[in-house]
Amino acid sequence: MAKPGSRVDRRKFLRGAAAAALTAPVIPAAAQPPADAPRPTAPAISPAQASQALAAEAAPLAAEVDALTVDNPGSDFMVDVLKTLGFDYVIANPASSFRGLHESFINYGGNASPEWLTCAHEQAAVNIANGYFAVAGKPMAVVTFAPSGLQHAAMGIFGAFSGRTPTYLLCANIPGGEDRRPLFDWGPHAMTDPAAMVRDMLKWDDTPASLQHFAESAVRAYRMAMMEPRGPVMLVVDAALQEDSVHDRGALRIPKLALASPPAGDANAVAEVAKLLVAAENPVVLAGDVARDEAGMRLLVELAETLAVPVQGGGRGMPNQHPLAGGGNVRSADVILALNEDALYGRLNRFRDQTVRGAAPLTKADAKILSISSYDLNVRSNYQNVERFQEVSLAIAADPQATLPSLIEACKKLITPERRRALDARSSTLAAASAQALERARVEATYGWDASPITLQRLAAEVWDVIKGKDWASVGANGGRLWNADKFYRTMGAVNGGGIGGSLPIAIGAALAHKKSGRLCVRFQPDGDMLYMATSLWTATHHRIPMLIVMHNNRAYHQEVMHLQRMANRRQRGVELAAHGLPGATISDPDIDFAQLARSMGAYAEGPIASPKDLRPALLRAIARVEKGEVALLDTRTQPR
Amino acid sequence: MTPMRRAGSVLLTLTLAFAGARAVVAQAGAPQGNAASGAKLYVDRACWQCHGLAAQGGGIAGPRLAGRVQVWAAFSAYVRRPAEEMIPYTAKVLPDRELADIFAWLRSLPQPPAVDSLPVLSR
Repeated sequence: MAKPGSRVDRRKFLRGAAAAALTAPVIPAAAQPPADAPRPTAPAISPAQASQALAAEAAPLAAEVDALTVDNPGSDFMVDVLKTLGFDYVIANPASSFRGLHESFINYGGNASPEWLTCAHEQAAVNIANGYFAVAGKPMAVVTFAPSGLQHAAMGIFGAFSGRTPTYLLCANIPGGEDRRPLFDWGPHAMTDPAAMVRDMLKWDDTPASLQHFAESAVRAYRMAMMEPRGPVMLVVDAALQEDSVHDRGALRIPKLALASPPAGDANAVAEVAKLLVAAENPVVLAGDVARDEAGMRLLVELAETLAVPVQGGGRGMPNQHPLAGGGNVRSADVILALNEDALYGRLNRFRDQTVRGAAPLTKADAKILSISSYDLNVRSNYQNVERFQEVSLAIAADPQATLPSLIEACKKLITPERRRALDARSSTLAAASAQALERARVEATYGWDASPITLQRLAAEVWDVIKGKDWASVGANGGRLWNADKFYRTMGAVNGGGIGGSLPIAIGAALAHKKSGRLCVRFQPDGDMLYMATSLWTATHHRIPMLIVMHNNRAYHQEVMHLQRMANRRQRGVELAAHGLPGATISDPDIDFAQLARSMGAYAEGPIASPKDLRPALLRAIARVEKGEVALLDTRTQPR
Repeated sequence: MTPMRRAGSVLLTLTLAFAGARAVVAQAGAPQGNAASGAKLYVDRACWQCHGLAAQGGGIAGPRLAGRVQVWAAFSAYVRRPAEEMIPYTAKVLPDRELADIFAWLRSLPQPPAVDSLPVLSR
């Protein structure tokens, strides 16, 4: 609670003000006289009435009335606190529950560091923050309100939870019944415990009851979010605490932030892993989201090269055309090292969903499966993002990037000159296989080369040809093996939007993070996803976030088209009907004009483009606009997959 | 397992099933198919959904069929009882006669342009 004197009787004033607003006469616009009509003469009042009005005007405030004019609102202090955490941006769809905080960010904070971003939907706001972190490596703050805004935000929060993204949420609430405006605040702006709605997806939350409590929890929340394994956090922010005057600013203290170092693996366990890896004849590394930065990428590459071990996965942590990227086979592996691999069961087992359903291991019976993962350190039970349980021989609950230096060192100590020669020979074999795979990918791209709608391989090849000479970055769904993702920032990490509708805002957040570097940001955009959060395009144009969006417009929710086909085939009925897309799974009749949609929000756009020969000139025109700082969209009609 | 990872194993299996049996007499027991009819059936029976309208495959759902389907016995056996994730087709929904037409169309597809003839891929 605020200290005595800081919010004295304000609630009573609000009650009085609301009552006055309700009883004041309202003149409908249609009933008002035209502007050029003769002004009516003011009715005369009696001396007694004038005296009574003067007395009322000059009288002291009644005991139940509070003054709302303040010099030092609590939300100014909140902005001071949040500025110490180093946010570059705060994003929101505006709402009255955080009007105090909003005003403070702009007028007191100068709308800089952080800058306020406007978003048309809370789910998009959270996902823009999710995408921003993926590239910037620092959280963006999201402001929303309970319950409505938070409910909209929930899918984005689920994405942050699933992708282990430290998105920082501030959820305004009006806990005090006397503070709530009748008719407005009781339903859509007030909850008893807002965080309960999303707590299963949060790493931590708190509801500060005072400004000092806010300062301490704000710093704690940041540290909790950034500590491995990362995750979203939320502070519930009392609206009255924002708007009331600070009683004694000098008594408030903002704690200093010190981020916790990530946990490294136990030395004995790491030595055992090294021993098994060095002795292995056919080892494979299965990597999830391992690298946090370019240094992490270098470590993963060093591990691979030290051991001549193929790395499957790894995302942006492994250059995709590295000779050791993508090779190997879990079926023949004798040692499998999983690094932050949260889909380990799926990687090591075969699952069929066909005429029969069943699962069986892909691995050899005597294969040693080793795991180094920080994900074991923070597990929630309600959302089942842990996959089926996978047995392992040895598990280290630790951050892989923090553990890699000691693992690499331990391996190097065990490698004799003779073993080195054997590893070099294996490395040459794997490099040859990798080169053949790259050549196969080029040949595969030639099939359907001139087809219309355009094949995804042709689309990827054409885009690559016009961006490869530039400093490019994919902000979602890059072109696969044919694109040379040689740097950490070329692609994004395990960012997750919580389902369809998440990826466009994620791309916008990522492009915002790339903006300072001037990189050319490129995104392939599915049509179904675009329809969920198309309004986030306006956030991109409004805030001048340059990016190239190339549509994967297959005019369907094609994943569901295929599922429905599976059902029809199993039931041996309606196969031909399903072949053309059952009602409910297609996005046509009419086809959506995504170019027009984009232009309506200020983007440069062309399309529909269905012929591959029209691609290159359109791409060159669009890139020229992006390089001037604009958002450009090409509505390309593509094959279904 | 992600669809992309599955696609890799599907591709391998399919390649073995179709191409690995080339030593066998190529079209032993293959019914005569109508390629024009097969082109329409390829769409009407939903093959395109996973393998692409040009049978180019390569996406996350299904492997390429163009240039890969060679042996009727392997092809028809796989369609009836796929080893991997492909949707099985019974004879009730896709009779042998129709499957033979699709087989004929797949085998009639022209070779794609050579990689080196495509500047975008050879640069």
